[in-house]
Amino acid sequence: MEFYRSHVLVCGGTPCVLGGCKAVRDALIGEIHRQGLSREIKVVETGCLGPCDLGPVIVVYPEGTFYGPVKVEDVPLIVEEHLLKGRVVDRLIARERPAEKEIVKYEAPSYLGPQKRIVLRNCGLIDPESVEEYIGRDGYAALGRCLSQMKPGEVIDLVKRSGLVGRGGAAFPTGLKWEFTAKADADQKYILCNADEGEPGTFKDRLILEGDPHSIIEGMAIAGYAVGADKGFVYIRGEYVISIERMQKAIDQARRLGLLGENIFGSGFGFDIEIRKGAGAYVCGEETALIESIEGGRGEPRIKPPYPGTHGLWGKPTVVNNVETLANIPPIILNGPEWFRGFGTERCPGTKVFTLTGDINNKGLIEVPMGITLRQVIYEIGGGIPGGREFKMAQTGGTSGGCLPRELLDVPMDYFSLAEAGSALGSGALLIMDDSHCIVDIARCFMKFFRHESCGKCTPCREGTDRLYEIMDMVSSGRGRAQDIDLMTELAQVMQRASLCGLGQAAPVPVLTMLKYFRDEFEAHIADRTCPTGTCGL
Amino acid sequence: MAGIITVDDILTKYKGRPDALIDILHEIQDVQGFLSDTSIIKVAEALDLPASKVYGVATFYSLFTVKPRGRNVIRICESAPCHVLGATAIINALEKELGIKMGETTGDGKFTLEYTSCIGVCGVAPAIMINEVVYGNLTPDKIPHILSEYR
Repeated sequence: MEFYRSHVLVCGGTPCVLGGCKAVRDALIGEIHRQGLSREIKVVETGCLGPCDLGPVIVVYPEGTFYGPVKVEDVPLIVEEHLLKGRVVDRLIARERPAEKEIVKYEAPSYLGPQKRIVLRNCGLIDPESVEEYIGRDGYAALGRCLSQMKPGEVIDLVKRSGLVGRGGAAFPTGLKWEFTAKADADQKYILCNADEGEPGTFKDRLILEGDPHSIIEGMAIAGYAVGADKGFVYIRGEYVISIERMQKAIDQARRLGLLGENIFGSGFGFDIEIRKGAGAYVCGEETALIESIEGGRGEPRIKPPYPGTHGLWGKPTVVNNVETLANIPPIILNGPEWFRGFGTERCPGTKVFTLTGDINNKGLIEVPMGITLRQVIYEIGGGIPGGREFKMAQTGGTSGGCLPRELLDVPMDYFSLAEAGSALGSGALLIMDDSHCIVDIARCFMKFFRHESCGKCTPCREGTDRLYEIMDMVSSGRGRAQDIDLMTELAQVMQRASLCGLGQAAPVPVLTMLKYFRDEFEAHIADRTCPTGTCGL
Repeated sequence: MAGIITVDDILTKYKGRPDALIDILHEIQDVQGFLSDTSIIKVAEALDLPASKVYGVATFYSLFTVKPRGRNVIRICESAPCHVLGATAIINALEKELGIKMGETTGDGKFTLEYTSCIGVCGVAPAIMINEVVYGNLTPDKIPHILSEYR
């Protein structure tokens, strides 16, 4: 093992890649070599560090100095001043907006604030392409413990006691899901990792896969042991090029070390994983549509029941878990259910990874305990609304989630509290909108999305999304009629009750919450033919 | 150096694997740019599937196309996070710069403009994808420079 006095971590998440982090990394390696420091300083390309809009960002350890955005031409200065002479380059330190407050230490409490990193424990700390670095952070220790010291039933019991619920949006208890499949009698069972992250505004799974792919492999192998499955598939969106590459590398490394394959750790248990690449269909995030797609067909949802737990891939009992759910498994096994219940709320233990987007000063990836309020996220972590504008609404859970007005800023963010407020925590997307945006224009944008993504299999969703878009378009262009508000409400309720899958059931949620909290803006468009924000050009 | 990959090579690799249909279509589109009727029929015969099933899959997923497209496919995200931060202005700038509307291909066959669903880089919205490369934090004035790299 080689020792280095300093490590320079370059964020290699997609947002930083498109900011030019590869060139920065290459320049760092070149400059460090030129200064004769190659044996003292190591450059590591790591997973997402969080503040995506400051990219490319780098962190210099052991100091934890956080620089960003870093350009190629800044590299010689950082190497000469910081790495050679030990002086921090003030000018390039990452600054939080709006106060231009310095983030000197990446892991300092002042920067992370109320954040707690369980899922993202390794993101931004290790090289995701190195299995050794994952192992160095207790990687595969949980799998080892399960295989050598626990019976499958004990693993399920432990996950059940932790209170972990699915992080893809449906919040189904993970342990219970595993138990259904464990109890099913079959010659073949499967573990599927749902990495078909299509919810607009969500990019957490992408950055977990890019930043810590081995945690997903370990979580899947543990699930396989618990339910008696020896085969797993990771279904990744075709658009996620870097996620697919890193996941494939991780699978190859795990196979080489015997962490996947036959007889893992000499236990007699075997497990292997294959990647399946999606081809651009939002509905494939629905578990039965995803299964159809892996089987090679159109990603149209199946009628439930039967559920995948007993009748899934090729009709066999199948566990489908989200990326973030699986990333929670190894630390729960290692630290125990009581530890996990120490975070979050009684009904929703643990943390949630959120993606902050829209009109907010600090955009990016955060992980916070469940139950934190929207106000804390927006103002303590997100740095508030830019440009001196006012908060108007936040959409939680992606485009299929509800829109919350200012009066609901203090609602606790967990699956159940948000559902009670008529919204959803969903995948953890948070889209913040300021007072310059028109409610009708935004609602029209949401419906345009669903109208395109509805798979067409069931009538309430296929026709409902189309009609809702049409009405919204008419209201937005000044052709709305007095009865349209009631008509939209009725249509939305029919879709919620009668649609085949989650897509059609959730598509009207944003519209219903907007009609509830911002009814006056719809009325202004219809009765007065005016757009209060001037967006619709009436 | 390896020769040019043909549809037959791809089908030989996945012989007897109808579950690999989506992977096969990805690979054929990578080499041929789109999924022609001839390719679809070949795939159907090789996997012993009805051509209607293969065509059904090819037209279900938005990353597949059964029509020839320009050499460079520009996919524009018009999901809510990009919309909120000004995707409409980006679309207008692209249409103006290329002289075509969304869904069209330029006369010289160099560019096609398409919508895409969220590409998961909302932290740097508004964003577009040209072929496999993502561009974020866009403003209309950045468009001519980005396009010049592909002209």
